[in-house]
Amino acid sequence: MTLQMQKFTTLTSVAAPIMRVNIDTDAIIPSREMKGVTKEGLSVGMFANWRYTNVDARVEDPDFILNQASYRDVEILLSGENFGCGSSREHAVWALKEWGIRCVIAPSFGTIFYGNCVRNGILPVVLQEDTVKAFAKAMEDSNGTAALQIDLPDQNVMGPDGGQYTFDIAPADKEMLVEGLDPIGLTLKRDAEILAFQVRDKTARPWVYL
Amino acid sequence: MARTLIEKLWDAHTVADLGDDATLLYMDRVFLHERTGSVSLKGLEAAGRAVRNPEQVFCTMDHIVDTLPGRGDDTIMPFGKNFITTTREAADAAGITLFDIGDDRQGIVHVVSAEQGITLPGLTQVCPDSHTCTLGALGALAWGIGSTEGEHALATKTLAVNKPKSMRVTFDGALGFGVTAKDMILTLIGKYTASGGVGHAIEFTGPAIRALPQENRFTVCNMAVEFAAFTGVIPPDDTTLDYVEGRPYAPTGATWDRAVQYWRTLKADDDAAYDKDIAIDCTRIVPAVTWGTSPGHGSRIDGVVPDPSSAPNANTRSAWERALEYMDLTPGTPLEGLPIDAAFIGSCTNSRLSDLRDVAKVVEGRRVAEGVKAIVVPGSSQVKKAAESEGLDKVLIEAGFEWRESGCSMCFFAGGEHFGEQERVISSTNRNFENRQGPKTRTHLASPTSVAASAIAGSIADVRKLGQ
Ligand code: SF4
Repeated sequence: MTLQMQKFTTLTSVAAPIMRVNIDTDAIIPSREMKGVTKEGLSVGMFANWRYTNVDARVEDPDFILNQASYRDVEILLSGENFGCGSSREHAVWALKEWGIRCVIAPSFGTIFYGNCVRNGILPVVLQEDTVKAFAKAMEDSNGTAALQIDLPDQNVMGPDGGQYTFDIAPADKEMLVEGLDPIGLTLKRDAEILAFQVRDKTARPWVYL
Repeated sequence: MARTLIEKLWDAHTVADLGDDATLLYMDRVFLHERTGSVSLKGLEAAGRAVRNPEQVFCTMDHIVDTLPGRGDDTIMPFGKNFITTTREAADAAGITLFDIGDDRQGIVHVVSAEQGITLPGLTQVCPDSHTCTLGALGALAWGIGSTEGEHALATKTLAVNKPKSMRVTFDGALGFGVTAKDMILTLIGKYTASGGVGHAIEFTGPAIRALPQENRFTVCNMAVEFAAFTGVIPPDDTTLDYVEGRPYAPTGATWDRAVQYWRTLKADDDAAYDKDIAIDCTRIVPAVTWGTSPGHGSRIDGVVPDPSSAPNANTRSAWERALEYMDLTPGTPLEGLPIDAAFIGSCTNSRLSDLRDVAKVVEGRRVAEGVKAIVVPGSSQVKKAAESEGLDKVLIEAGFEWRESGCSMCFFAGGEHFGEQERVISSTNRNFENRQGPKTRTHLASPTSVAASAIAGSIADVRKLGQ
C-alpha cells in the first residue's frame, strides 16, 4: 500500500463497526508507535492499545473487530460521534490509509482529522447516528458479509437493505477526493501560472535563478 | 498606495490570489536539514513526486550530527544515523546540493545559508525549522514551516500563505558598552512577552539597527519567532550589500549591479502604515539574562527573580510559579552571582565569527572557573576555520573552553548531546524551554559575551564589570 493519492468515486465494502464515541487520534495511533522518518510503517501501530493484548509482542486480541477474519480487509469504518478528535497528528490518517481504510462513516468528526482525511484521500462521511447504528447492526447480524455502497459523485450511501442515504461534503473537498488531488496536486493544477511567473521573474530577477 | 517592506516582498512573489486572504507565494529557496528535511524528501518520494527546481534547494547536516571531534554518521542520539543516511540518499536522488559531514561548507542551516550567499535580499525562503526567520536580517522574507508544507514547497515552488499583520519595531538611540544585539531582542521580548508578536510580520528599524554589523542583525531576526512573530525583516542597506558581495552563490558583474538596483528599493515607503508600532530606547538597555522557561522571562542583569504574586494575571502567575520551580529559584534572588554548572556558546543565534571574536576578547588571559563546563560550538565549518586561522580557538582553549565541530549541538536536546539533569547553564542560544538543552537542564539565555564573563566568574556575571 503506497501513500499515493487514489481517486475516490465509488466504493463497495464491508464496514467494521467500532462504535465508541470520541475515538481520539492517540487511540488511532499511540505516540509510541510514531518512530520513523517517514509516513510509512504506521499501520501496525494502528489502534495498538485495543488491537493487541501485548503491544510489544504484537499479540492480537481476537475480540477486537479488525482482528476477525471477515473484517480484516474492510475499507470502511463505522464509528460513534467525534471520531478523530484530539491532537492534530496526521499520523492517525496515514496509519488508517496504509491499513487500507478508504472511508469512515460517523455522526461527526474532529475538525483537523476531517481535513487530514480529505488531504490524504480518505472520505469522511457524516450520517445521522441512527443510520450509522443501523449499518453497524446490519454488519453484526450478517457476520460481516453485508456491504455498503458509496457513491461520492452522487453523495450517496446505499445500505445493505437498499436504503439510500445522502451526505454533505464541501465542493472543494469533493473535488480533491474525486480527482485524487492533495494540496500539492491542487496547486499543481496552477502549473501554468507558476511557470508563467517563473518566466516573467527570470527576466526581472535573473540572479534568483541558480 | 504606500507599502511596507513586507508588502513589497509579498507582492513581488504573488503567483495567485487564492481568496480568503490567502496568497500562493513563489518560494525562491528551500533549505533542508537532516532532522525534518528527511521527512519531507521521503514524503515526496513516497507520493511519486519530484523536486521542482532542485538547483534552488539546499540541505545541510546540523541537527542530529554530533559535534565532537572525529564525528561521523554514528550519533549519540539513538537512531540518529538513520536520519543522516536517509537524508544523504534522498538529497542525492533529488539532485539537491548537500553540505554533508566533512564538507567545509557544513554548518547550522541558517548560518550556512547566509554565509554561502544562498539567501539574498528580497528572496523568499522556507525551511522546516522555526528559526528560518534569522535570514530576514538580509531583507529576505524567510520563515519556518512543517514537513508537509516542506513537501508542498519542494514540489510546487510555492506555498499557500495567509498574509500576516504588520508590525514595526524601532530601536532608537545607541547601545551602551557591553550591550549587544542579543540584549536588544531579549529586552523586547521581556517587555512585550513571548506572544507579543503573534500573527505579525515585523520590520526592525531605527538607528540602533542600522548601526549593527550584519552578523549581529541575524541575532535580532533569529528571535522574532520567540516573539511569536511570523517572521522579522531588516531593510537591506550598505552593510547588507557589503556582507553579500563576493559570497559563493551571490550574483556577480552586471547581474550584481542590476540586483543592487532592485535591492535599493527594498524599504518601506515613507508613509506606510503598520498594524502595530513599537519603539525601544536603546540607551536604557543593559545586558539581559532570562530567569525562567520562556524567552519572555527576561530580566536585566542587575535584576532579581520576580515574585509570582506580582504577576499581571492568574495565567502568568501560574506560569511564573512553574518556571521558578523548574529553575529552582526563589523570588527576590539577584540574577547576578547565581552559580552555574555550564556555559554554552553556539547556535544560529550567536555563533558567528564576530561572536567568537567578542568572546575571545572577554576571555583572553583569563580562566574558566573551576567546575564549570564551558563549550564553544562554531556556527559553521567556515566559521570554525576562520576562527582557527585567527587563533581564536587557542585563546578559548587556553581559557578552558571546549572547542567543537559545527552543528546545533546542545542548543536543543532530541536524544543526543545534552547537559546534565538540573544543571544550570548560561547559554547564547534562543530557547530556555524545559528540557531544551537536556533532561531537566536549567537554561539562562544571554549574549555570548555575558556567557563568557559568567564562565570566568563561575556564576551569572555582568560583562561590563570586566572592564573596557
Ligand atoms: S542552532 Fe538551535 S535554534 Fe538554531 S537551527 Fe539548530 S536547533 Fe534550531
